[in-house]
Amino acid sequence: MADDILRIRTPIGIDYTWSSGPGSVVYMRGLENGKLIGRRCPACELVYFPPRNGICPRCGVLLAAEVEVGPRGTITTFCIVNVPFLGQTIKIPYVAATILLDGADIGMQHLIQECEAADVRMGMRVEPVWKDKSEWTPSLENILYYKPTGEPDADFDVYARHL
Amino acid sequence: MALHRCAVVGVGQTHHTSCRGDVSIAGLVREAVDRALLDANMTLADIDAIVIGKAPDMLEGVMMPELWLTDSLAASGKPLFRVHTAGSVGGSTAIVAAQHVMSGLHKRVLTIAFEKQSDGNAMWALSVPLPFSMPVHAGAGGYFSPIVRSYIRRSGAPSHIGAMVAVKDRTNALKNPYAHLHEDHWTLEKAMESPMLWDPIRFVETCPSSDGAIALVLASEDVADKMPGKKAWVHSTAMRSEPTMFAGRNQVSPRAGEMCAEDVFRKAGITDPLKQIDAVEMYVPFSWFEPMWLENLGFAPKDQGWRFVEDGVTEMTGALPVNASGGVLSSNPIGASGMLRFGEAALQVMGKAGEHQIDGARTALGHAYGGGSQFFAMWVVGSEKN
Repeated sequence: MADDILRIRTPIGIDYTWSSGPGSVVYMRGLENGKLIGRRCPACELVYFPPRNGICPRCGVLLAAEVEVGPRGTITTFCIVNVPFLGQTIKIPYVAATILLDGADIGMQHLIQECEAADVRMGMRVEPVWKDKSEWTPSLENILYYKPTGEPDADFDVYARHL
Repeated sequence: MALHRCAVVGVGQTHHTSCRGDVSIAGLVREAVDRALLDANMTLADIDAIVIGKAPDMLEGVMMPELWLTDSLAASGKPLFRVHTAGSVGGSTAIVAAQHVMSGLHKRVLTIAFEKQSDGNAMWALSVPLPFSMPVHAGAGGYFSPIVRSYIRRSGAPSHIGAMVAVKDRTNALKNPYAHLHEDHWTLEKAMESPMLWDPIRFVETCPSSDGAIALVLASEDVADKMPGKKAWVHSTAMRSEPTMFAGRNQVSPRAGEMCAEDVFRKAGITDPLKQIDAVEMYVPFSWFEPMWLENLGFAPKDQGWRFVEDGVTEMTGALPVNASGGVLSSNPIGASGMLRFGEAALQVMGKAGEHQIDGARTALGHAYGGGSQFFAMWVVGSEKN
């Protein structure tokens, strides 16, 4: 009886339209022009990059003032990805790092290259490598990856509260 | 309003495995349900209400499975409630079911959680690119690995702690016939040689991908009192949540988890969890989360959870046995994993855990978390009435 039960593969796909909303449109427009624009919460004064939904998750109020952040930042923590998976767009092994951009109060994820994975460190200072300007779109993928700046590492105490 | 008492009177689960190609989702779920009903000596006709939960529908690619599971659960004419709180869903589903009884609305409630990972691709489903971020994300391991690195840096834990937890849980699983992984060859030395998948997380320190389901039958005090056999009385339940990302968030020990633990212990009258809790079933999908949650739950002081692991405190023979069942590290039907923790905690205080029974367990904690460590669900169960 069990032999009669078959499994079939039925691939599904969905294309979405994403409304950026007024909260993050400045962020998208900034990227289109090679700038990293975050927004400051008028209540706690912390700077969000990306501003995501345009709302401060702590205070529940609309983020306000536009603030240019980066371009350099500090690696707070990271993962060396050695596992292959469906839909993967980057060759393994690669370093996915949480980067606290200068002037921002929350880390964002990006790729680290021009450096052996084993040499990446918490506290390492990094800077972006951009795609050719002709290829820019309203996307964080305009930055190909981050690379070490060669500056001394940041002290643990400087980024400990961001872990 | 005073809450009514609620007891777990039936527990049923499937033998968790990588692929149950012989059954549909409905068949898998019904298998757990039939075992729970048999354990409670009830039939579906006795059930007043059903509460079902699973992790994101994307994991199997079947949207709203509760719609078509209605018939296989004989839910016609009864309330059916679907719960979803990501990986913690098994826990929160059991809590919603308990609330159906504790409110006084229902006397016999069936609750079920499941995942059939072989029907889909969880790694893909958890790596969907978002328009505002860089697509470097690599599944749950990719998300949690940097947090584990932060914990290691912050606490000064030596690198063998994760491997120790993995060896413990895989060894415990040998005593649990329902566990997915039955691997008797692990030693600390071998575990340390396991390849880094999501560095600093080794292969052995990750959970498997499982098909499985669990069902619990919950009953009101008057119903439970008339039943022979042992029950697990629900002493307290608690849930808390927080945003996945906010500036200054403590990702290693989220505030929501601390608040949830404080609440669930306070409501159960527990003032010294380390002394008063006899067994813990903790949601540990990556082994390093055991020391991290020991701290988050208040069992260990900050940055000291790893010492509990190193000193064998969480072994089956230790002062605070954690995951005698083998835990998520040995079976991970994602949506069911939280309810497995709750159900295994119940089995411990019922004295029905079989070979992985902790002698004399009277009070146990079931713990689940989900999303980016943003949803927490916990219950304390006891062999005696609260």
